[in-house]
Amino acid sequence: MSHAPTDPHFHEVSERFLANRERTAWHDQSLWFVRTKRDRQAYQTPDWEQLRSHAAAIKAHVVDHLAELTRQFAQQARARGWTVHFAADAAELNRTVHGILATHKVTRVVKSKSMLTEECGLNPYLLERGMEVVDTDLGERIVQLRDEPPSHIVLPAIHIKRGEVGELFHRTMGSPAGETDPVALTGYARADLRKRFIEADAGITGVNFAVAETGSIVVCTNEGNADLGTALQPLHIACMGVEKLVPLLDDVAVFLRLLARSATGQPITTYSTHLSGPDPLRPGHEAHIVILDNGRSGIERDSEHRRTLSCIRCGACLNTCPIYRRSGGFAYGWTIPGPIGAVLAPSMIGTKKAKELPFASTLCGSCTNVCPVKIDLHEQLLSWRARIAADGNVAWHKRLAMRIGALVMSHPGLYALGGWTVRKLWPRLLAFPVGPLKPWTDTRDLPDAPRQSFRGWWKEEGDSHG
Amino acid sequence: MTVAINLFIPCYVDQLYPQVGKATVAVLRRAGCTVHFNPSQTCCGQPMANSGCVQDAATLARRHLDIFRGGTTVCPSGSCTSMVRNHYAHLPIALNAEDEGTCARTYELGEFLVNVLGVDDLHAHFPHVVALHQSCHGLRELGNGSMSERGGAKSPSATERLLGKVQGLSLKKPKRPDECCGFGGTFAVAEPVLSTRIGQDRVDDLESTGAEFMVAGDMSCLMHLDGIRSRQKHGPRAIHLAEILAAQ
Repeated sequence: MSHAPTDPHFHEVSERFLANRERTAWHDQSLWFVRTKRDRQAYQTPDWEQLRSHAAAIKAHVVDHLAELTRQFAQQARARGWTVHFAADAAELNRTVHGILATHKVTRVVKSKSMLTEECGLNPYLLERGMEVVDTDLGERIVQLRDEPPSHIVLPAIHIKRGEVGELFHRTMGSPAGETDPVALTGYARADLRKRFIEADAGITGVNFAVAETGSIVVCTNEGNADLGTALQPLHIACMGVEKLVPLLDDVAVFLRLLARSATGQPITTYSTHLSGPDPLRPGHEAHIVILDNGRSGIERDSEHRRTLSCIRCGACLNTCPIYRRSGGFAYGWTIPGPIGAVLAPSMIGTKKAKELPFASTLCGSCTNVCPVKIDLHEQLLSWRARIAADGNVAWHKRLAMRIGALVMSHPGLYALGGWTVRKLWPRLLAFPVGPLKPWTDTRDLPDAPRQSFRGWWKEEGDSHG
Repeated sequence: MTVAINLFIPCYVDQLYPQVGKATVAVLRRAGCTVHFNPSQTCCGQPMANSGCVQDAATLARRHLDIFRGGTTVCPSGSCTSMVRNHYAHLPIALNAEDEGTCARTYELGEFLVNVLGVDDLHAHFPHVVALHQSCHGLRELGNGSMSERGGAKSPSATERLLGKVQGLSLKKPKRPDECCGFGGTFAVAEPVLSTRIGQDRVDDLESTGAEFMVAGDMSCLMHLDGIRSRQKHGPRAIHLAEILAAQ
């Protein structure tokens, strides 16, 4: 039973992950490989940077006109026969989805990939109420069988090696022991899932894009599981965050060019399925959309961070992040890991709980460069740090150190004297078993302290031939 | 033509790496600059800003702008340069037009030589194999060259152009051309295990080029990488861009 984690302990969990050097290297290299595939796509698309700017402008428009576009979408969707529901928070989404399923006496549900239902903890909610929910995306199925949440938003099982998948499938699906061939393993999962697709009474999907103009939605998958998970069942429930709206059908073309290239380095996902409400050829077929807020309108009102709502959940910022690649996704302790997770988490679970996440970054800026909708991610991380400090969620000793630092640095004489003293005491400071240099010197050396500072030299001789 | 510049020496360079400051002075003089150094300068405030302590950062930013008012500033660090040029505007201080000019006219050494003075050949001689570490803030925040993530035309960074003219120098690039070193300021001590791991991977990549030295435009990245190199007792030794350019 996957769960919605809301209690990040980045330091502790990342250090546990890093303790296995070989696995950390493998995780880093797997994700770096995905990033290089993405780079090749970006280089081969001649108007890549213009495309990003265009997508960013569309999304900025969406965030600026969220209420209006939501109204338009709901109206158009109803005209197409969708039943439209609104959910203010996760609890309401879960209640709504359960209500629809219960009304239809559904006991078996297939679900295609949706980070939003992870955010809401929909699976455990339905399971506790006696329904069987099967995740049909292969990666999601793997983590579901392991009773884990996804560790990545696009590659949910990226932390799991194929040998482990083989053991898991042997235990849960009866595949031969020792099988590690990805094609063979996928075959077992496929056969098992096929049965469940046929038996299910309802399909739940996420939404990649919801078109206000047409009242239709677009779902992107590589496995066609959203297609099979909506075409065979008499009931479809699509769950979307309100920020998934785009104004026009033409806008989808811009995002489809960016999404898979950014996510996995493919030109496009294998399936980009447009769903336009109940299927008129299937009598009794019902289609529902649940539009979730769950803190999103709060982000929309936060002028400093509202552009984080532009995210299309491609995962490119995770793949490029030197931290994420080596900390693993679980270190973030929240539904969405990586740079985007670290800037959404404080909005959604508060600065107290998320206080570590914006600090889990070197601010290298690579995330900002890969973001297909040009969210200034590393600037967002920086501005969250200030907000976290302002909310009193930076440890007192760190605040004090910065205050003392600023005080010393405000007085050049004090600074020069302090620098001189530290350089004189340097060998002893380095040898001291506890103290402020320890977190550095545990794993790294420091240079020998020079006899003279630059300013000392400048005063004595540097200025003489200027 | 003589260009007068105000030298901005980051506090940790001042105290721990004076040779980088001296080399910067030598290179700028060779490029025809008159170098001024105001000893009232201390720290740009980046550690405070990156820790979320923006009021403390603002105090230091105000001082810095008053000290460097009006002139052209050159600094042997992309990160400290970017703090002044890009991040002061987001701090809780009022910037007037003169302050904004001071921020805009603050340059990292390499970009100043190449983009402002139009000089890329400093007649340096450094007969060694050198691997290039592109420091993130110089590259991604100052736009000092092409970034591996970006589409469009590729152009070498100022650092690469300068090193390309050094006699005897063989420049090598690691497999990951602009991966972060993992330093990240206070991050290096807040998450030491993670920071060190990123740095070890970086040193490995730079070492695999067969280089004797690893060069960067930021001593902070190099302090971290060299600390790892020294602890593990193998890998290329760190050297700052200015030190290579000063070598004759």
